[in-house]
Amino acid sequence: MAITTATLDHTALRRTSRLHLATIASRIAIYGALILWAIVCLFPIYWTLTTSAKSAVDITQAHLIPWVNFQPDWKGWRSIGLSPDTIGTISTARDEFLARFTNSVVTSIGASALAVVLGSLAAFGLSRFEYKFLWMRNKDISFFFLSQLILPPVVLALPFLVLYRELALLDTTVGLIALYTLTVLPIVIWIMRDQFNTIPRELDEAALVDGLGSWGAFWRVILPIALPGMVAAFILSEVLTWNEYFFAALLTSSDAKTLPVMVASQTGSQGINWWSMAALSTTAIAPLALIGIFLERYIVKGLTAGSVK
Amino acid sequence: MDDAATLGTTSSRPRRQAGPYAGLGRGLIIVASIILVGCAGFETLHETGITSFGFENWRPILYAFLLWGVALGVGQVLIRGEAGKRALFILPAALFTVAMAIFPTIFGLSIAFTDWNLSSTTGQRFNGIDNLVALFHDGYFWNALLNMVYYVLMVLVEYAIAFGLALLLNAEIKARKFFRVAFLLPFMLSPVAVSWMVGKSMMEYRYGPMANLMRFFGWSSPSFFTNPWIARFSIEAMDAWVAIPFVMILLLAGLQAMSKEVQEAARIDGATGWQLFWRITFPLMLPVSVTAIALRVIFKLKLADIVINTTSGGPGGATDTVSSFIYREYRDRSNVGYGTMLAMFYLVIIVVFVTFLLDFAGRLVRRFAT
Repeated sequence: MAITTATLDHTALRRTSRLHLATIASRIAIYGALILWAIVCLFPIYWTLTTSAKSAVDITQAHLIPWVNFQPDWKGWRSIGLSPDTIGTISTARDEFLARFTNSVVTSIGASALAVVLGSLAAFGLSRFEYKFLWMRNKDISFFFLSQLILPPVVLALPFLVLYRELALLDTTVGLIALYTLTVLPIVIWIMRDQFNTIPRELDEAALVDGLGSWGAFWRVILPIALPGMVAAFILSEVLTWNEYFFAALLTSSDAKTLPVMVASQTGSQGINWWSMAALSTTAIAPLALIGIFLERYIVKGLTAGSVK
Repeated sequence: MDDAATLGTTSSRPRRQAGPYAGLGRGLIIVASIILVGCAGFETLHETGITSFGFENWRPILYAFLLWGVALGVGQVLIRGEAGKRALFILPAALFTVAMAIFPTIFGLSIAFTDWNLSSTTGQRFNGIDNLVALFHDGYFWNALLNMVYYVLMVLVEYAIAFGLALLLNAEIKARKFFRVAFLLPFMLSPVAVSWMVGKSMMEYRYGPMANLMRFFGWSSPSFFTNPWIARFSIEAMDAWVAIPFVMILLLAGLQAMSKEVQEAARIDGATGWQLFWRITFPLMLPVSVTAIALRVIFKLKLADIVINTTSGGPGGATDTVSSFIYREYRDRSNVGYGTMLAMFYLVIIVVFVTFLLDFAGRLVRRFAT
């Protein structure tokens, strides 16, 4: 009897230790995979950042680690007039860069704000009232808005090229803002409709009883509650419009040119100056990378709206 | 509560809420319409050369349209009171979408059937279905369309990777927040910057770190953009790198919303991790998966900027997408008429394809949900 208990104990022990080993192995596998993918995600950003501080020799020899492999320098930043030693001086490269950067900021914020205003109003109306326009009811009107999402930019690009030329809107920030608003409007309506549907109708009914009209109810009662959703929609729009290249490349040439177009047109007569390309790329990705780090939860909120019930 | 807020003038109960200013509202809309039509007609006469005087460009007609939009909104409120105020919620977005998407698409159709090269002096000339015939004989276009099939199919691979990452992030791990932010970051990056810093710098065949890594793994001449299949794969890898976080976030939200009890019960019944995934997790995740894949496919069909910046469609059109092909058709040859026809044809294909896809997805979800 004593012997059997001992053997039992022994096998049990062996089993637990094997289980323990399996747990450790799976832990290692999980963290290994996590770290590997984190490197995949972060290395290109690291590469961009360090390349902006490399001289030509360091680039052609693929030096990776600053201060160990190569001596970092403000080379890339000097070429766009943003290094510590050039920041006080007059620099046409910096003026050019700042103009493009400002264009990108104005265009993306303008379009995102306009889309959030138009989209929130439409989404609120569709979630609260019943409309009828010709044969279209709420469901059809929603579909009409959301179906714009599948419209590829290339279908609109050439008609807009011709239309904007006639309207004298080619190469203007206003023209670009209008187009960008169109591209993100379905997404904003999608997010905001989901947001308004989660707010109980009793709230605006109470507001109506209190004598506020439908607009009063929207403005005083619903809007403050829906604000996080609007922020999420705004930030997601900002991501898409800041990075937009296709329309900007076709419809702008000098005045309204945005940062992505400037990045894409950096090839000089002697090939590419990688350090300045890297510095420009850094400025193109830095604002959104910061948003990603500090406002991650809004992006997640925006992306997952309506897809998870 | 009266929910019969109606748009337009086709209300089933007209004048029910007619305010005292209904006449004023109608007058306003009529005057604004006259101004809009008048301006457009005036400029059309000028453009066609019938009259010698006119505006410098069509900008005044845009202002007339904006004015008309405002008048329509104010008119709605004046005519229909509260119902008009409710219509005002969707009116701006509806007018905007019609003016910016529907009108240009229809206008595009009128370009698609013409021979119009912006760099030639002959101007726009109607040429019937010549563009359509040329399209059917254009090998490069069909090649680009075939590439789109490959790119769209790769969405399934992106989905598999994203699912794996979502499962990793959903596991009991430390520093979850760090990994989640790190995994999300590629989604935030400008595809143009990615094409240059990854596609052209990191994948540089002489000294790029990717090339060095490949040499380390024993590929003696790692050129990423000379062989058609490898080039296609490289483009896809970059696009996947940017887009996987999007799919991953959707799937992660699905995993987190899933009830833990079902999984616990299955585990107590002795299900292995593998069985647990295929029998419980995967079927429960199907609705989210379908949404994620459908959205991803829709965005994939627009793929252009990475191709334009990294390979310009090369080698020999192997990496071309329809969008990048049409982009070059305009940029290099200024061929507006033919380019628009290509785009319109592509739009028809997309609409048909996405309709089938959504229908199939809907049936798939219904079949597994019951």
